[in-house]
Amino acid sequence: MSNWKNYQKEICDDNFYYARSCIRQNFFPGSENIFVKILREVLNKNVYDDAEHTTCTGIGYHSDVVPFETIQTVVARNFSLMSNKGFENLAISCVTSFGIYTEITETWKHFPEEEQKIRGFLKKSTNREFIQPLIMSHCSDIFYKFRNEIFEKAKYSLVNKNTGKPLKVVEHIGCHYAKMFPEKGVGGAEFPQVLAGMITAWGGEVVDYPERRHCCGFGFRQYLVKANRGYSISNSIKKFEAMKPYKPDFIVANCPGCAMFMDKWQYTAKEMNGETYGENGEQIPVLTYEEMAGLVLGYNPWDLGLQMHQIDCEPLLKKMHYEYNPEDKFRNLKGEKIGEEAKG
Amino acid sequence: MKSVIVIGGGIAGVETANQLSMFGHKVLLLEKDAELGGKINNWHCLFPNLRDASEIKSYINKIADENRFAINRNTEIVKFTKNNQLHPIDQNGDEYEADAVVLATGFKLFRAERKEEYGYNIYKNVITSADLERKFNEKSLDTKNPPRRIAIVHCVGSRDEKSGNHYCSKVCCITGVKQAIELKKTFPDAEIICFYMDLRMHGKGYEELYREAQEKYFVQFIRGRVSEASENIDKSIQIKAEDTLSGKPLKMTVDMMVLLVGMEMEKTSVSLVSGCNVEFGNNRFFNVKDEFTQPNSTLEKNIFVAGACSSPMNISEAILSARSTAVEVNKYLGNMEIKV
Repeated sequence: MSNWKNYQKEICDDNFYYARSCIRQNFFPGSENIFVKILREVLNKNVYDDAEHTTCTGIGYHSDVVPFETIQTVVARNFSLMSNKGFENLAISCVTSFGIYTEITETWKHFPEEEQKIRGFLKKSTNREFIQPLIMSHCSDIFYKFRNEIFEKAKYSLVNKNTGKPLKVVEHIGCHYAKMFPEKGVGGAEFPQVLAGMITAWGGEVVDYPERRHCCGFGFRQYLVKANRGYSISNSIKKFEAMKPYKPDFIVANCPGCAMFMDKWQYTAKEMNGETYGENGEQIPVLTYEEMAGLVLGYNPWDLGLQMHQIDCEPLLKKMHYEYNPEDKFRNLKGEKIGEEAKG
Repeated sequence: MKSVIVIGGGIAGVETANQLSMFGHKVLLLEKDAELGGKINNWHCLFPNLRDASEIKSYINKIADENRFAINRNTEIVKFTKNNQLHPIDQNGDEYEADAVVLATGFKLFRAERKEEYGYNIYKNVITSADLERKFNEKSLDTKNPPRRIAIVHCVGSRDEKSGNHYCSKVCCITGVKQAIELKKTFPDAEIICFYMDLRMHGKGYEELYREAQEKYFVQFIRGRVSEASENIDKSIQIKAEDTLSGKPLKMTVDMMVLLVGMEMEKTSVSLVSGCNVEFGNNRFFNVKDEFTQPNSTLEKNIFVAGACSSPMNISEAILSARSTAVEVNKYLGNMEIKV
């Protein structure tokens, strides 16, 4: 038994101020909407989705484009929006942002003079003041907390209906979820429970493979500097090769960047060397945790945005004997056909 | 005749009780388990000369059989009374009166699960040095499917910021060398690799054994800590480390990984003295009144310490500590006449 029970954290249970990700609505457009929908309609929670909220600028910060003072002031502004709206529980969509918010509040805890300096910057630039959040949770923490309540309303479990066995799931929590501050992640960094808890509660089986904790390949400068992209894909391939012998049915990722890179680099790896890493020469579908929850609850996969994935998720839906209409895959909200899938 | 209670029936407690009884005092030894000997009951052979550990156990049992002092087994002292006289009280609420008390409560082994990155108790081929001693004793190592490569990881729970133990447990380096030799004798074709920070061969015969391990048994020593262990699908262990001498990261697969677990203070020893004027050092072991001149005394005039409850030590040091504690207690009791 691992030590993970020592890494428990307080997770807010209602009245969430939602901090969206800056990138994931492009890559996995259904995920954030389904998160809000599940909280409101399945769990009957109060969520404030604020149009004034901005990016945390974390990608810029990790690329040395945004200075520390600047990102702290941006974060302080988001805190100000939250406190002005009367909320104190921050629900953070993105692992990079979660790392940023944690790093900054920890900095302020140890260096109060830094917080005072930022309060001054915020006041001068926006005439705002702020209160720090009472509880900061990553959105996956919230689903982890309510995993049993979600499963009570589930239409599907994570079971391969063809074999009757649990689906084998690779989980990837993202480096900035717990590697920097293990005590801030459910289960810590070594044997994290946040996604594993959801997978097992919903009937699946977690794959513990050798490169489980390795970076997905994003790593900011590995990818953002074009000349370094070889490092990015080689990291992803290292993970894919390590998970291949376990024949995973899908990957679930915690972080927008991780989900994107493990999805898109599989396609690239196949183009480069013809390699695939799933069972029977297939590729491994990559889900976000919201999409996984959405599937368990029986939402239309095309409302979840699964048609926007690089790796086709339909083999997974077939394993689950999921009821869906393949014809609706490329229709817009009005039901109009918006194109065909590229062949080959 | 003055009376003394010795709490703990490991090597230090038994030796203290024996010496004090030879000084002519009435001694009662209280041991929480059914058997005397403490940790030594679990060891296979001892560094630096690979002496059979059962010989030390026999020594303890022989002392006990001589009946010079009384022994209460299955008796765990949980606290002291808080009135004028400090008397130990056991788990049943029974109070023991004595003129002096010796704490010989020993140590506990670091719980390797706390170093999560090594996967102990999750991966079946990750074991501790204590598990390996037990396997040697039980002859339960799988010699039909011999491991091809074994990693031994030093300083697990010692000199480690993350686990909160800044101190050196003193015995793990030489235990690693000893176990590497034993493993090589058991599995002659196996490659044995020790991952160390630096090797502290302070005791008599230690350096020689370290040299022998390299020259005669071809044990490899790599300076660097293992950062992560993961299980492969065939249950072998993939480890990542850094060779800090060559400055390069390395990744390798081993069939067995042995974690050299360090020593920690027993939690029950901490709660035992609550309310007494007994302090704890930075390493959380009992603090002594003066490290140089009164290494066996506490701030409580009639409470003394012996053995590894005051700091990590090996068996011979624990015996020396016990004997000096007996002299110190005897002096306190005002009875310098030695009655042998």
